[in-house]
Amino acid sequence: MSLELLTVLDKDGKAQKGKDPNLPAAELQKLYRLMVATRALDERGLALQRQGRIGFYLQSTGQEASHLGAAYALKDSDWLFPAYRQPGILLLRQVPIDKVICEWFGNAGDTSKGRQMPVHYSFRQANFVSISSPIGTQLTQAAGAGMAARIRGDDTVFMTFCGDGGTSSNDFHTGLNFAAVYKAPVVFVCENNGWAISVPSEKQTCSESMAIKADAYGMPGIRVDGNDLLAVYRACKEAVDRARRGEGPTLIETVTYRMASHSSSDDAARYRDAKEYEAWKKKDPIARFQQYLKGRKLWNEAFEKECVEGAKAAIGAAVTAAEAMANPGPETLFDDVYMNLTPQLKEQRQELHDLMAKGGVGAEVGHFPL
Amino acid sequence: MTATKTKPGAGETGTKVMTMIEAITDAMRTEMRNDDRVVVFGEDVGKKGGVFGATMGLFDEFGEKRCFDTPLSECGIIGAAVGMAVYGMRPIAEIQFLDFIYPAFDQIVSEAAKMRYRSGGEYTCPMVIRSPYGGGIRGGHYHSQSSEAYFCHTPGLKVVIPSTPADAKGLLIASIRDEDPVMFLEPKRIYRHGKGEVPLGEHVVPIGKARIAREGTDVTILCYGAMVSVCEQAAATAEQAGRSVEIVDLRTLVPLDEATVLASVKKTGRVVVVYEAPKTCGYGAELSALIAEKCIEWLEGPVVRVAGFDTPFPYTLEHLYMPDEKRVLAGIEKTFTW
Repeated sequence: MSLELLTVLDKDGKAQKGKDPNLPAAELQKLYRLMVATRALDERGLALQRQGRIGFYLQSTGQEASHLGAAYALKDSDWLFPAYRQPGILLLRQVPIDKVICEWFGNAGDTSKGRQMPVHYSFRQANFVSISSPIGTQLTQAAGAGMAARIRGDDTVFMTFCGDGGTSSNDFHTGLNFAAVYKAPVVFVCENNGWAISVPSEKQTCSESMAIKADAYGMPGIRVDGNDLLAVYRACKEAVDRARRGEGPTLIETVTYRMASHSSSDDAARYRDAKEYEAWKKKDPIARFQQYLKGRKLWNEAFEKECVEGAKAAIGAAVTAAEAMANPGPETLFDDVYMNLTPQLKEQRQELHDLMAKGGVGAEVGHFPL
Repeated sequence: MTATKTKPGAGETGTKVMTMIEAITDAMRTEMRNDDRVVVFGEDVGKKGGVFGATMGLFDEFGEKRCFDTPLSECGIIGAAVGMAVYGMRPIAEIQFLDFIYPAFDQIVSEAAKMRYRSGGEYTCPMVIRSPYGGGIRGGHYHSQSSEAYFCHTPGLKVVIPSTPADAKGLLIASIRDEDPVMFLEPKRIYRHGKGEVPLGEHVVPIGKARIAREGTDVTILCYGAMVSVCEQAAATAEQAGRSVEIVDLRTLVPLDEATVLASVKKTGRVVVVYEAPKTCGYGAELSALIAEKCIEWLEGPVVRVAGFDTPFPYTLEHLYMPDEKRVLAGIEKTFTW
């Protein structure tokens, strides 16, 4: 399985015989709605950055099926140790869109209190562990959390993500190795989107696939069409079930494409062939799933309109509300370094407070260098 | 998740004479009995009981689920500990020698240290990283270094260093109970030097409180770890020459007990900072700056640092590199004659 590409939907969006996971109609429509909303979120996020209203944005366009299909295989009580290109999971786990957008603005409504750049979400209510920028660190953490669940006898499953670049990180080796040695209930999802900023995936490895790396760790590796939501779901469901049965971790490689630049700070046109983009555009995961729904008479123009306009309206309202919200208070700068303020932090907080009280200090709002 | 608390076994009262390494084992045993979220892991900590014997007996008492060996990967040990802590456990991760911790640096400074802050307090990382550190055992570069300053420079970490068996136990228990990640650095040179009375059962020494190891009136020595006993020898010698030396054993580098440090310096008017790490940008530099900033007007002489040299840690000439009684005495004299 580690070389062969697992698919469910053919080019025309028809499920191949015997491969359709037969999800209920309402669930299929929900997943479609989530993909559309995720893309709409992305479009708005980038636009806000371009307008100078938020500091940074990082798109997941083209990878909606990959991460939504994967996370849909979990129970809500299962945990995620995400990378930074899986925002659809927040919507799947019913994080209010207002909260998601407050994070972009880093305002007082942001659960992480404006401490991180946009898209580095943390939502405990959704068992969605805080995202960091260093590549791969979450893989080992997921292994550790899985080890903990086994020690405690919990039946929680942990899903963690990285990209093709992430497979070159120390933690890819370490995380997979630890998870395998301890039979930790972890599903490693490597979203192979072809590019790590400007470096193509063939420069990351000489392995024939990313999934094949699983062999070296003694775990199953599955390579799946990342633009085929049902295929990703099938592969991940099997891996999640294995993990829950105590049979250990799995590596899933979702073969997909980063349709956008790496981030709002990057311009992929400088290093990427437009033809490659055009070819992948034809494999758009949303269009493909739409075809499937159409074939099952679960999609029509009215439904499309409802999905698109519903998402845009919710996002629009959330942006308006978030933009009107104040920054976190200056005193919050010192909170959460430790559970309690140390004497040193108390003193520094007082020092800043006194300078601000005199006026001048802190009046200038920083500009966005990125 | 909630902890199942059980009372420590009967008879765990009174004191027992122990080495520091025995006190460290006793601290872990006590907390593992107290709180089933506490697990211990690292290289060779299982059946072998650790290369220094710190986990001796824990595998037998608590089994492989709570005291286990890991693959040979510091990054893995700490990364896994972060995941466990975030999930609700109280991991104690052993790094065999502090010199080998660097593959885990990313997990420590980018992940454990920042988890609480970056998640707005939603996720926390209550974990202890135990590691033997420091010279004096003829270990060359890779079994001797004192790299505490790297960790002191990272907000979100606490850094604790004991100098006596009783403190080792009490501070380790406090570290295990702490809600934040703690670097618990063990001066391996004194693991088995000098025994001391250690309370059995419950014994907590709070993080952030320094200890006056010796009272004096003429000059203050600020030190920690294995340097405390070196400074005590120097102080006894200086006493004979009529210098009354006060020794502050910091116990906790982060958060520093500034009040105790400053009170002692203000009392004596002279200060020597002793640490075995390379001199430049070592923890003693921070102490010197603090004193300059907050009590320069009380000083009768310069703040003197007695430290390791700015060389990699040597093997054969280790005895020249390490601050010893004579260098500390020379440092004391510099505060009087300059």
